[in-house]
Amino acid sequence: MQKDFIYLDNAATTKTAPQVVEAMLPYFTESYGNPSSIYAAGASAKEAVDRARELIASTLGAKANEIYFTGGGSEGDNWVLKATVEAYASKGKHIITSAIEHHAILHTCQYLEKKGYEVTYVGVDEKGIIKLDELEKAIRPDTILISVMFANNEIGTIQPIREIGAMAKAHGVLFHTDAVQAYAHMPIDVNAMNIDMLSASGHKFNGPKGIGFLYIRTGIKIRSLLHGGHQERGRRAGTENVTGIVGIAKAAELAVERLEEREKKEKELTDYLINRISQEVPHCRLNGDREKRLSNNVNFSFQFIEGESLLIMLDMKGICASSGSACTSGSLDPSHVLLAIGLPHEIAHGSLRLTVSEENTLEEMERTVDAVKEIVAKLRSMSPLYEDFVRANG
Amino acid sequence: MYTEKVMDHFQNPRNVGEIDNASGVGTVGNAKCGDIMRMYLDIDDNGVIRDCKFKTFGCGAAVATSSMATELVIGKTIQEALQVTNKAVMEALDGLPPVKVHCSLLAEEAIHAALWDYAQKNGIQIEGLEKPKSDIHEDEEQEEEY
Repeated sequence: MQKDFIYLDNAATTKTAPQVVEAMLPYFTESYGNPSSIYAAGASAKEAVDRARELIASTLGAKANEIYFTGGGSEGDNWVLKATVEAYASKGKHIITSAIEHHAILHTCQYLEKKGYEVTYVGVDEKGIIKLDELEKAIRPDTILISVMFANNEIGTIQPIREIGAMAKAHGVLFHTDAVQAYAHMPIDVNAMNIDMLSASGHKFNGPKGIGFLYIRTGIKIRSLLHGGHQERGRRAGTENVTGIVGIAKAAELAVERLEEREKKEKELTDYLINRISQEVPHCRLNGDREKRLSNNVNFSFQFIEGESLLIMLDMKGICASSGSACTSGSLDPSHVLLAIGLPHEIAHGSLRLTVSEENTLEEMERTVDAVKEIVAKLRSMSPLYEDFVRANG
Repeated sequence: MYTEKVMDHFQNPRNVGEIDNASGVGTVGNAKCGDIMRMYLDIDDNGVIRDCKFKTFGCGAAVATSSMATELVIGKTIQEALQVTNKAVMEALDGLPPVKVHCSLLAEEAIHAALWDYAQKNGIQIEGLEKPKSDIHEDEEQEEEY
């Protein structure tokens, strides 16, 4: 693909960094041996996997044997929920999560409910931050797991993870966090934050797709996800995705090295977008918290228009973005996250998510705001809702 | 995911706007589901649709089907306009993705709603026209996963 477009969908996926591709290549072409084999080509692959595991562990303050490589964020989330409830069935059948989790958590919870488990979905305030008092009230003697995401994928809100970790610990309940959007984007310390399990995904921080990891604190009982070989300490059988593992570790290394620098750069871009859109587009609202949000995330709702139309028109101008409208979710309902923060359906349909990377430029942001202004005005000129609004307000 | 014709009608929608003192106006859909269409008809004394305009809140397919529906009814008699079904609108657009078929139903319903309004205003009955549903999603059930 030529760089003739403005990519503002980095929460969906990111470009694989050239250094990551470079680090992976020898494991396709030279050290392609099976890490379980005894000869040199296998041994060097095994060494690479071990090094990668150590590196990932070091970014979290964890131990290498607490890192399990997975096929991505959804796999980690599924694994945690399904295998923990099974392992801790003797304690109870109750799980607590939030109303704004990714579908990898929510749909798995719904699946477990059908299997006879009980799930409490704790609400969030209008900024999308979990209600801690409600969370604490939901804890019962038979609660086995609290799963709350580190940062939300749609509105970028960062959750009070440290407080939740402390609360879970005080009540003797396991705490898992889906850190797919947060890992390698902000500092995480599993010990200081009392995180028992954490899932992450490589392609959200310039690593390859199809690789992720799950951190499982030593001592936690969790059933094996895949039975077979001894890989991943017997908990996830199958020959290791060596190239992916090398890639995710390289991406993590690069990301963590330059965390602050990158955050600063992204914030400059998102501040520009937020400030100009808020000031220059009437009848809009910023979704999520202004401060406690991922540095790369912008999410606006524009009244009287629908998100898919907005996305197609942005695409025609070469701008890649995403929306929480029903039409982009394949159902009739708009984003559950936008509904959970209290937006009415018709306003939730008109949302736009722009997620930047440090490769974006201010000039691109300028073009994006100009395009958004023009398109929102055009769509409003054809909107019966806007027509009604103008009539009612003279 | 959209055909060239859908994209064309989305990018350059025909007959967007309002008609002052329209012979009939119909609004269908609901904002909850993310699409609302409003059709304005200008019908002459011989019962021929002289003009049709629309406003739509909705996705690309909703805009394109509205636009195509206006083109299909302009110049037609009321009875001919009643024959403009959602299938006719879809065919004229070279098809829609399955999840967007309801948009074409909405377009058909919008024409019917505008004709119904015209009939009410003039105290006449239009043969074959039933009172339109206000919301085409009423009967739809969402498929379950798993």
